Amino acid sequence: MRLSYPDSIRIIRLPCTGKVDVIYLLRAFQKGADGVYVAGCLEGECHYLTGNLRARKKVEYAKKILDEVGIGGERLEMYNIAASDGPRFAEIAREMHEKIMALGPNPIKGALREKKAA
Amino acid sequence: MIVAERKPIEEIMGFVRDFKKIIIAGCNECVTVCYAGGKKEVEILASALSMAFMKEGKELEIKEVTLERQCDPEYLEELRGFIYDYDAVVSLACGVGVQFLAEKYLKIPVFPGVNTLFMGVTEEKGVWSERCQGCGQCILGQTAGICPISRCAKRLLNGPCGGSTKGKCEINPELDCAWQLIIDRLKELGRLDDYDTLIPIKDWSTERAGGPRKLVREDLQQ
Amino acid sequence: MNTKTPSRLEKILTSGNLAVTSECGPPRGSDGEVITKKAEMIKDYVDAINITDNQTSVTRLCSLAACIRLKLMGLEPILQMVTRDRNRIALQSDILGAASFDIFNILCLSGDHQKFGDCPQGQNVFDIDSMQLIQTVRHMRDEGKFLGGDAIERPPRMFVGAAANPFADPFEIRVRRLAKKVAAGVEFIQTQCIYNLDKFEVYMKQAGDRGLHEKVYILAGVTPFKSAGMAKYMKNRVPGMDVPDEVVARMSGVPKEKQPEEGIDICVESIQRLKELEGVRGFHIMAIEWEEMVPEIVKRAGLYPRPKIE
Repeated sequence: MRLSYPDSIRIIRLPCTGKVDVIYLLRAFQKGADGVYVAGCLEGECHYLTGNLRARKKVEYAKKILDEVGIGGERLEMYNIAASDGPRFAEIAREMHEKIMALGPNPIKGALREKKAA
Repeated sequence: MIVAERKPIEEIMGFVRDFKKIIIAGCNECVTVCYAGGKKEVEILASALSMAFMKEGKELEIKEVTLERQCDPEYLEELRGFIYDYDAVVSLACGVGVQFLAEKYLKIPVFPGVNTLFMGVTEEKGVWSERCQGCGQCILGQTAGICPISRCAKRLLNGPCGGSTKGKCEINPELDCAWQLIIDRLKELGRLDDYDTLIPIKDWSTERAGGPRKLVREDLQQ
Repeated sequence: MNTKTPSRLEKILTSGNLAVTSECGPPRGSDGEVITKKAEMIKDYVDAINITDNQTSVTRLCSLAACIRLKLMGLEPILQMVTRDRNRIALQSDILGAASFDIFNILCLSGDHQKFGDCPQGQNVFDIDSMQLIQTVRHMRDEGKFLGGDAIERPPRMFVGAAANPFADPFEIRVRRLAKKVAAGVEFIQTQCIYNLDKFEVYMKQAGDRGLHEKVYILAGVTPFKSAGMAKYMKNRVPGMDVPDEVVARMSGVPKEKQPEEGIDICVESIQRLKELEGVRGFHIMAIEWEEMVPEIVKRAGLYPRPKIE
């Protein structure tokens, strides 16, 4: 469709969001991501039937952990979107981008930079 | 199996706050089955603790290891080569494993990463419930396979009490009344007359009340 | 008359009279006068007085001390004893304590779970249950021995009672349960308060069919409603309580000032009806925080004066 969306987004493809493990979500933040979102099929339309439902539960669980460690669960979100819905995809990308810009950088960014410099 | 639940991360952080290098040791058995302390949970805790410490500007080196079990000496030996290179261990095994690890490695502080809850079953994924309290004198044959000691809030041997309501316990409307279950099962088995037999006063000396327990099988000792 | 104990309650029941008992709840403090005053109000209208044992797991002055006070007043106490808070050593010990003051009646109960009370974080004991406590008292009395086997010097002589709740679930097991308590050795029963008289009649018929009327004295429990609110509360919030809609409607159907009177009326009418029921050998009037109404209830139910028994 050649719609544009912010270039702050890095896309990681999975065969189904059901493949998402809590550790992937945490690792992303551990490596410095400022925000993460999981985009799965609309509920009821998962090719693998319940993959996206499981993903949602894992996202909720990871959000709690992120709150517990002070990173902030609001940096992580799950969206449901039809595979062919380009405009919605771009819309979500912009939404998430704005939200994360407002929240500011990942609180461990500083420590990561120091580590790299060392 | 033994069912446990991970302690709040804040509490675990409190344990290891002053250390620089720690081991998080998981267990491949019960705590894996209840998603509290297996390999994946070790990874998650390690990631969470790293981030928490980084945020505070602290450095924390974490080694992740998951043992087959922590309640048999052979498996704990696997730690022997490197454990003393670290400052502390957070063990995600049940209380049994944490203690045994601590016993085998006296010179390093060992902290529990989970709260050990009970001996129970997986009712469905994500739901575990208690079934046995290790009283040492099993009477399941008399109670149609349902234990009144672990499943009755008052451990009545001649229940139900007057608080049983619509098959649920007076203390929690979602908790089945054990004696209702026993009566229903006895009926299904055509053995409701068993209910009329008074179960005598229990000998609790083989239970916790009698003191810490030990089992010795001389025929198996080497 | 052959009674097994010097209990006044046993004598009245054995002589064929209808017995009347009531209860006093001890205070949440150490002022024994509270008991004295409550007992003074009802003493001429009842044959024996229960003292509850940390009822609903709310910590109160202990039943044993209050029973001793009643005994020293010349009255007939019924020691209520739950197995929630004491192990078999303490239970046997307290039984001897009561017997040392010649307290001749005991009501054996399991007890409400501590979750309901003021110490929900506490341990509970349940070393033995209510049926096993019945067996224990009978053993101490009739064999003259402790559970451990040693002989008791001056064994307790107690008339053994227990509670029965015809309205708890499952209904079909309630009479079997009564039979079990009888087999354990219980001699009198006080039932949970009755509002559903039809259901109680079914229960008593079943008990009669099992031959239980000849084996145990059943005292029907009654509690007067103070208000429609109380009726609704007991219907919806108290486990094991059966309050039919008609009864609640009757209470709600009168203006607020008239409700206490209606409650007493219902109570008295119930007693009149239950008097006719085979197997009912007396009444246990539980007028919670309303002890002053006991005299009126007893008089209007035609149960006054109480028989003089030596």
